[in-house]
Amino acid sequence: MIGALQTAARLHAAALADVQSALDPAADQAQAIDGIWHLMLWVCVPMYLLVMAALAFVVWRARRQRRERGDVATASEGSLYNGLGIWVVVVMLGLTVLTTASYLVDRKLIPAQDAQVKIRITAKQWWWQVEYLNDDPSQQFMTANELHLPLAQKTHVELRSDDVIHSFWVPNLSGKRDMIPGRVNQIELTPRRAGKYRGTCAEFCGLQHAKMSLLVYVDEEKNFASWRSAQLGAAPSPGSEVLEHGKRYFETTTCAMCHTINGTTAHSLAGPDLTHLASRSTIAAGALPLNAGSLAAWLSDPQRQKPGTNMPTIDIEPDDLNALVAYLLSLK
Amino acid sequence: MTRRIAIVGDVSELADYGYGPQALGWWGVLGFVLIEGMAFVLAIGAYLYLMPFEAHWPPALRPPDLRYGTLFTIVMLASVVPNQLIKHAALREDEPAVRRLILIMIAFGVALLIVRGFEFTALNTRWDLNAYGSIVWAIMVLHTIHLATDFYDTCPLAVLVHVRGIDGRHFSDVEDNAVYWNFVAFSWLVLYVLIYWLPRWLS
Amino acid sequence: MATRKPQPAPDVPQHFSDGSDELARTWADAPGFWGWLTTVDHKRIGRRYICTGMVFFVLAGILALAMRTQLARPENGLMGPDRYNQLFSMHGTTMMFLFAVPIMEAVAVYVVPLMCGTRNIAFPRLNAFSYWVYLFGGVMIWIAFAMNVGPETGWFSYVPLANSDYSPGKRTDFWAQMITFTEVAALAVAVELVATILKTRAPGMTLARMPLFLWSMLITSFMVIFAMPSVMLASTFLITDRLVGTHFYNPADGGDALLWQHLFWFFGHPEVYIIFVPALGMISSIVETFSRRAVFAHTAMVLALVTTGFFAFGLWVHHMFATGLPALGNSFYTAASMVIAIPSAVQVFSWLATIGTGKPKFATPLLFVLGFFAIFVLGGLTGVMLASVPLDLQVHDTYFVVAHFHYVLIGGAVFPLFGAFYYWFPKFTGRRLSETAGKWNFWLFFIGFNVTFFPMHYLGLIGMPRRVYTYPVDMGWDLWNLIATIGAYLIAISALVFVVNVVRALRSGEPAGDNPWDAPSLEWATASPPPAYNFAAIPRVDSATPLWSDNDLPALSGLRSDRREILLTTATDADPQITWGLPKPSSWPLWSAIALTVLFIWSIFSPWGVVWGAIPLAVALTIWFWPSPDDRGLISEKSR
Repeated sequence: MIGALQTAARLHAAALADVQSALDPAADQAQAIDGIWHLMLWVCVPMYLLVMAALAFVVWRARRQRRERGDVATASEGSLYNGLGIWVVVVMLGLTVLTTASYLVDRKLIPAQDAQVKIRITAKQWWWQVEYLNDDPSQQFMTANELHLPLAQKTHVELRSDDVIHSFWVPNLSGKRDMIPGRVNQIELTPRRAGKYRGTCAEFCGLQHAKMSLLVYVDEEKNFASWRSAQLGAAPSPGSEVLEHGKRYFETTTCAMCHTINGTTAHSLAGPDLTHLASRSTIAAGALPLNAGSLAAWLSDPQRQKPGTNMPTIDIEPDDLNALVAYLLSLK
Repeated sequence: MTRRIAIVGDVSELADYGYGPQALGWWGVLGFVLIEGMAFVLAIGAYLYLMPFEAHWPPALRPPDLRYGTLFTIVMLASVVPNQLIKHAALREDEPAVRRLILIMIAFGVALLIVRGFEFTALNTRWDLNAYGSIVWAIMVLHTIHLATDFYDTCPLAVLVHVRGIDGRHFSDVEDNAVYWNFVAFSWLVLYVLIYWLPRWLS
Repeated sequence: MATRKPQPAPDVPQHFSDGSDELARTWADAPGFWGWLTTVDHKRIGRRYICTGMVFFVLAGILALAMRTQLARPENGLMGPDRYNQLFSMHGTTMMFLFAVPIMEAVAVYVVPLMCGTRNIAFPRLNAFSYWVYLFGGVMIWIAFAMNVGPETGWFSYVPLANSDYSPGKRTDFWAQMITFTEVAALAVAVELVATILKTRAPGMTLARMPLFLWSMLITSFMVIFAMPSVMLASTFLITDRLVGTHFYNPADGGDALLWQHLFWFFGHPEVYIIFVPALGMISSIVETFSRRAVFAHTAMVLALVTTGFFAFGLWVHHMFATGLPALGNSFYTAASMVIAIPSAVQVFSWLATIGTGKPKFATPLLFVLGFFAIFVLGGLTGVMLASVPLDLQVHDTYFVVAHFHYVLIGGAVFPLFGAFYYWFPKFTGRRLSETAGKWNFWLFFIGFNVTFFPMHYLGLIGMPRRVYTYPVDMGWDLWNLIATIGAYLIAISALVFVVNVVRALRSGEPAGDNPWDAPSLEWATASPPPAYNFAAIPRVDSATPLWSDNDLPALSGLRSDRREILLTTATDADPQITWGLPKPSSWPLWSAIALTVLFIWSIFSPWGVVWGAIPLAVALTIWFWPSPDDRGLISEKSR
């Protein structure tokens, strides 16, 4: 029994430190919600125990009754009515407390419109198009499936969708917000702890809803700034023949029909921007880690890795595949 | 455990039909009116909901032409007169009056369906043009289904009252049918204002 | 010479099941299969409605087992996303549209006329029609599923995913049309129940004396009447968007994706109360009978039911808290969603007070009620949590919500339903179910349920979203998913125990007698199962617990035995008003249902189906309503 509890605690702790958990808030928004969660536990758990205790008491007491059928003692009916009245008042008080607290926290979650960093995320089946916005167009850049946020600053995220309803949810940082075609939603994130977090789509969006995740890195100011300036640049030029082969292959085949790599002739927005693919840790919206093996598996048969994905399976010769993988891994 | 019963009264002298809420059929019509009335309320709600999604309303060249819609409304309201008459005729169990008036209701039904047909050609929008066109056509089709059903209902009833003697239950059926007709008429009033006049007031 | 003791007059019955031969003949069905097809007896229709509902329950349960088996391990390869998406869509759709609402209506179809003290439900042929429409709709969607054309976008099928762009083919069309079938069936029964409860109650059964189960079915029926039109509109708009190019939900042409959500949830929230409120009535019946006293605070209980029914219509936006609607509006729905907990709290108090001040017998029906308390209250509390917008924004669309709604639906509806089955089974069949098997049924279900669904609260909080066909290896979700799967199999075993219990009882169960539980309400005054005419004379009621008086039961004679007649009484005070003839068995409800089915299915493939399909339907309906010369129930024989 003790062993089981210890194992459970360890598992719980491991999960608590998990990268996708509402129970481990790492931003103002998630923190506020965590406050409500704890208030709820403090109110609802005792309430439940109270009702269960009453149930147990009632069952125990009733077994000892000596009443005849249909018999109703009017004296106890009177005090029961009083009890009912008190109970209703208690419930109403509890609900009022919870409603008020909930309302106050809800107001805290409203975006303040004075954020330092502004991002626009457009959800598509089944990946995330990420644009870092700026008043100066030369400071804007695009990436996919991964966010970097500056620590202790407000980031304003504009949420859109190109096709069906998706939902942006990074539980360690905040509650979720739907991304609805024809509408623009917004969410504000103020992270307080550096680290890596995971988000996922939280509105059923079709075949690969289960594999539409994104990673969120909360960086110290310095790291964020250097990441941002790296993202602003074009893709590194190929430094070897193999890489050159890969780049040429990319530009001249179907890859260029859907993807962008700044610094090449590939400029389509239908699929994720790959300019700095190798600066990310996963591919296919969090479905696979970024390494040579999974990249090769993905490229040779995306339908097998993520059935239904919009990236078609195309025959690639092994030489081309190696070159392509090497080139993509060079796009830091 | 089989309980004995003691007879304490007798109901054999009671009538075996009635009118209004006394009659079971009336409650069926009431239920139907509540259901379809709610459907209209929600359709009106959908219409109003969709309004802010367009820059100007209606998003069409013109609102629906007033001519046929107003004609329909006038004829529909006019039909309430013989409808009330037939209802009262049924309540006082006046066979000749019921027979006469039900033919008048059939004639009104035919006229209304014809005018409604013309109305559809003058809506100045199509169901597949935009959401406005879709909701206007939806409301019109919904009401037309009720009109057609009520007209269709009235036909066998008309045959019945001419071919056989009209007994209490049938008088009750005639009353129920009249109640439904009133619903079709008065629900149309609201829809008429929504479809024909609201866009004019807004522009 | 000994004088003969005076015999009662020949057609004055001594017991409610003592009807004359003529009465039995008048109310009899045709023999054999044709009789089964043409019956308008609410009891035969209610039984088949219940059996069909339970078949769908089992089918949907099997789908759940398949889903849980896939999710028992991360990155499991048992099935791919397409199959899984169809499974969860069919599971939800079947449970909500083909089991939960129909089964509650089914029990009501059987019990309500008996509890009212009358001979049949109002509009008996409509009742038969309603069953066929329900059956055909359910069969249609399951055949579609078997042919890989089943729904794939969830039981609430959000647009634009459900539009033809993103859900091509006929899958979603079948789903949307199935809704039309079940909606027609449910509305028909609702109208019948309103008329039955308001007009055919036994004389003396004033509203104040009316059992709480009848109150709950009356309120449920009004909820059906006002809620179902919303889903009718929503699904019709979806079909026309998909098939004839309307733009209701198309943001590019003035439509809005959220219009679907508003219309659907305006129905969808009352829908769960439509499922729940009948269960509240069942609980009151069981608590009353097994505590051997009338339910405490009867008036408060009625008010609780009425307010629950009203408030249910004011909550729907709480399903849309994440869609970006204005915060102040959201807060209103938080408050409303919290407020609806109050009537439920009143009811729980009242039931506990009743049990505590009664002399309870802890038979299986009451066990299931106790299970309801433990499970539903927990679900209600997580409901209070979900009512809070900020907290909902974290747990919406996660396994936390899956846990919540299973706690309230299974705890709040299925447990009372099983209690009701154990309670009313003797009345339906004349046999008793085994108490031992009943206890096994209960405990396996209770334990299995909690093992399955409690961990899901945690899974949602640590990040597991809903409707995922698989999940990654390193998320920390593995153990809890496995535990949930084990629980699911326990539930399956409990269902098996139930089925075995029923089958054995039907074959060789102990005979039940009229009133094996010594219950107070009128359905227990007649035989088990009741004769076709229910009551040989019309009961008269003098209290809220008529069978708990020690005297002979008062009754009124005078309804004719040579035609099918019931007594109509006033809506509030149940004073006798008139008699009313009811129709004889007929096959036209069946033909009409077939014609309607043809129309509905045809229109999935072509809009002309509506036009051409209307013709056979009109013909069938006309013949249905045309009075045939030998159906004397449809004419007055006493015109003024």
